[in-house]
Parts: sequence; C-alpha cells; structure tokens
Amino acid sequence: MSLKIIPKEKMGEFVANMMGAYRVVGPRQKEHQFMFGPIENLDQLHLDYNTTILPPKKYLLPQHESLFKFNADTFDAELTIDDQPTVILGVHTCDLHAIQLLDQVFQRDHLDEHYMARRENTILVGIECLEPCDDHSFCKSMGTLTPPTGCYDLHLTDIGDSYAVDVETEKGAWLVVRHAQARDADDEDYKRINNILSEKWPRFPYKLDFDVGELPALMSVSQKSPLWQQLGEICLACGSCTNVCPTCYCFDVRDKVDMSLADGHRERFWDSCQLDEFALVAGGHDFRPSRAARQRHRFFRKGKYQTDAYGLLGCVGCGRCGRACLVEITPVKTFNELYRQRTGGAR
Amino acid sequence: MVSSIYLPEPARILDVQEMTTLEKLYTLEFLGGRPLGHKPGQFVAVSALGIGEAPISISSSPSRSNGTFELCIRKAGDLTGVLHQKKAGDTLGIRGPFGQGFPLKKFQGKDILFAPGGLGLAPARSVINQVLDERGKYGRVTILYGARTPAELLFKDELKEWEKRDDVDLHVTVDQPDDNWTGNAGVITTLFAKVSVYPRNTVAITIGPPVMYRFVLMELLGKGIPETNIWLSLERRMKCGVGKCGHCQINNLYACQSGPSFSYAEIKAVEGAI
Repeated sequence: MSLKIIPKEKMGEFVANMMGAYRVVGPRQKEHQFMFGPIENLDQLHLDYNTTILPPKKYLLPQHESLFKFNADTFDAELTIDDQPTVILGVHTCDLHAIQLLDQVFQRDHLDEHYMARRENTILVGIECLEPCDDHSFCKSMGTLTPPTGCYDLHLTDIGDSYAVDVETEKGAWLVVRHAQARDADDEDYKRINNILSEKWPRFPYKLDFDVGELPALMSVSQKSPLWQQLGEICLACGSCTNVCPTCYCFDVRDKVDMSLADGHRERFWDSCQLDEFALVAGGHDFRPSRAARQRHRFFRKGKYQTDAYGLLGCVGCGRCGRACLVEITPVKTFNELYRQRTGGAR
Repeated sequence: MVSSIYLPEPARILDVQEMTTLEKLYTLEFLGGRPLGHKPGQFVAVSALGIGEAPISISSSPSRSNGTFELCIRKAGDLTGVLHQKKAGDTLGIRGPFGQGFPLKKFQGKDILFAPGGLGLAPARSVINQVLDERGKYGRVTILYGARTPAELLFKDELKEWEKRDDVDLHVTVDQPDDNWTGNAGVITTLFAKVSVYPRNTVAITIGPPVMYRFVLMELLGKGIPETNIWLSLERRMKCGVGKCGHCQINNLYACQSGPSFSYAEIKAVEGAI
C-alpha cells in the first residue's frame, strides 16, 4: 500500500501508544535465548533477535486452549473464543510464511472459528532479516528470505537511524496513523532500502544442494529410502522437533473437569506425530508404530504433503527443529542426503 | 452468532439394545429434532462431556432414519466404558456426519458383495439396509459375514431376516464355533469359495479390522473383481473429523475427509493404507 518511515527514537512512543489498545507481544530475552512474550516496556523488545525458542504461532494456536466450557449434567455448553486484539511485533519472514500456511489450513474446507478469531484480531508486524540467525537456518534455500504477500499488516526494515515500514493492510495503516509519528518515504529512503536489501542477500548461504522446487518430487521418489530407518534408529521420539516447528499444527483434544465432576472444559493441545500413541486406535492397532515411519511422515509433510494440499511448502527453513534435536536430525542434512542418494550429489 | 466446528450437538438416547457382552446399539435423536442427514459409510464424533470424544460409524441406513440414527458401540476404553453406562433418556454429544459415504449411485445396476468382519458389520449394515430398501436398483446381493465366536455375532435378528429373503445370499462364519454352532467354521475367507460372481458387474464392500483386509482383498481380486469396484473403510484415529488435527492421516490422505471409504484403486499405492 505505502511505505512509511519511523525514526528509531520514535519507536518507543509507537509501541507505548499501541499498548493502550492492544496486547503487545514481541521477541524478548530469555537467558541466552529469545522468546515471544508480552512487551510491557520498550526495553524488553529485541527486534534484533536471532531466533526464538518457539515461533509466534503460539499466539494463534496456543499450546493449550479451551474450545468450550460445559456442564456435563445439564449439557449446557459455552464457546470459548479468544478475540483479544493483539499486535505481534518483529515476526521474521520465515515465520510469516509459516503463518500463511496455517491461515490456509484453518480456513480451507472447514473454517476453524477459534483460530480465525485470533487471527482476525491480530496485527502482524514483520521484520526483514538482515543477518542469518545461525548455522541452522536455511531460509534462503526455502525461498522464505523475503516476506510473503498478503500475510503481514506491517513489515519493518532497519535502515540505520529509522525503520522503513511497509504498510500492507488497512489494519496496519490504522495502527501507524493512530499510534506512530511516521512520514512518507522519499527517493533517498528507497535508495537506502534497495541497497540494504541488495547487500543482505550474499550474507545468507544456500544450504540445500538442489533447488527447493524439486523438493516435492524428490520426496515422491524417496518413500523407500534407507535413510528413514537410520533416522528411526537414532530418533528419541521426544517430539521436540514438532513442538518448536512454526508449521506444525496437529493437536489432540481432551476434557478437563473441576472437583464437581460436572463443570469443565474441552481443550485442544499441541500433539506430535513423533509420539508413540499418535496413530493408535481403540483396540490397540498402531498405524505408525516405528520411529522410522514417524520421521518419514514428518519429513513428507514438510517436503510434499502440504505442497500437494495447499500449494505451500510445509517447511520454512527456520532451523528450529534442527536446533532442538538432541540427536542432530536436521532437515538440511535429511533433504541433502535424499538428494545425494538419488543423484550421487550431482546438480 | 459465533459457532464452532468442535462444538457437539446434544442428542437424546431413545433406546439401548445389548447386542453382545461388548457391543450395544444406541438409537439417538437430536434434541433440536434435525435429521442427521448422513450417507452410508459416514461417521460421527460421539461425546460424553467430561470424558471425551471418539469417532463412531453410523449403523443405521438413511432409508430407515425417521429422524433418528443408530450407533453400535463397542466397549474398548474409558469413553466407550462410560457410554455403555448410558441409558434411554440420557444425552450424548454428536458432531457430524463426517467423511465420504460409499458412492451408492455409482453402484446402481451392479451386483453387490458385502464382506464385513467383526464390528465391521456395524457400518456395513448402514449400506446393506439402504441397498435392501432400494432393492430394485441393484443386481444380486451377497453378504459374507465373519465373527470370532457365535456370541460375538452382531445384529442377529437382522441376520435371520436376511437369511429368509430370497433376494439375499447370506453366508455367516465364526472362527471359533461352540457346541451349538451348525454353520460354517473358519475365517471369513473360507466363505468366498461358496459364492460365485460376475466379476465385471460386481461391487465389493469390505469393512473389518486391518488384519482382515489383506486376505479378503486377495479373494476379491482373485475372483476378478476390478480394483475400482472394491471398496473398503479404513479405520484411523479421527479426532477432529474436519481435516485439521492430523491423527487420521494416511500419507497425504486424511481418512476423515477423503475417506474413510476408499476404493482399492485409490489406495493400493498408498503405503501404510492397508
């Protein structure tokens, strides 16, 4: 829509102003790492963070959420819809791509009202990454080094003494008009932005040995690769990879009741296809009993199934799963090894 | 008003019939009075609030719905244990119907061979009764049903009715006969030698435990029935019923969305499906 400029010394005011109208969350320090958490004063906000332990997904699909409250005796039920107006500040472009996929998943075919209520009341403020997070990230290979269109409301780029703010939606425009002291970008600003974006590209390495466009096809011919058995032998089935993944959304549902055994709520909570009981049915048949089959399922969701279903990749290259894995199973090593097995490494 | 795809609708139990020591048949009606509007082969999510929710196949046929529907529920865990304590007049939560039913329109004019095993008769009965209520639209109807023991046979009254009909060829077998059993003994595949089919004009519908499919499929393919005419219902852990939660995924297929009924042609190349 338009490009605005907010001087860095005015950012504190911008954030403080929006706090009156919204719950504001953003990247903040947690010991030697970063996490998305509530921002109560500007000192807590670290827009120059590398990566967060969990992706901002948790503000759209929380680890636990009530779907409805009930009384089991009377059968009265009341929906729980969380529509608290929220601003998520400083979302990296990989995580924006992940949210783009979640939007598809929860809107397509059967609309998930719980996700959508949060999503529609959330303002996403992205930030352009100018340095790679660390050795695990491989966003450039996955095509997620720039933000997806039609997903964020505002997108910041650090241009030195100011932030350039790409205003994408009415919601975003309103936030700027109402709460920020911004000016329109001029030719000088465009030049600075162009230079900064050009300079950033060479800093990011390609990590995949092949073009990501080939990934779904590579997966198609890798169903019987011996690699799955090897991963299955070292995988601890701890579920860390799926817990930190920005595109994982599988969940389980359970009822919780209070001491009366009548009043309670039904909640959904994150589940993991890596855990033992994920595909277990009543009667005891487990449809994915081996860790090898479960790892294969995870990588197929990331590399192929989501592309088949939604036209978007199921992996955004954030590197979180590789960072979290205790036995160093990483998507980069996995995808590259599959490619090597098919081609002997030739491009 | 905001609604939710996860909110069950209250339904009253009109009747409970004890079928075996493990299975009960529930007749239900929505409190609001709306019909379920299902197709044979679909399922619902059944809730006991405070305990949980589970997918249960619909056992009644649309042709006999009359505003009510029937679920045959096996006691297999905590939730179904609680469901088994429910009585007529109690309320359960229902979401659905979910999934694709069997494409009965495509089956018209064809001979139908049913091969349900064990609890598989519960969803198969929905199709069988629909076909029998529109008997003229189909060719020969054959039912091969296998259970573990005579005591575990489901829908015994209806088996007797089907037995009596001239236009239904019913064969029943049990794996472990008792002293009073005079019928066929052995697994369901032992029944296939007793029937002959016109393979190109036959649609086979088999529903049963995963272990049964491999052997029944060999019999059906061995009779020359085309892969596109062999239909199965794949059991998975459908949790949400709406293609989100991931539990029922078979490779790229969500059993709750594309299934649970699939033709063998659709799933034969899908590893882990059968």
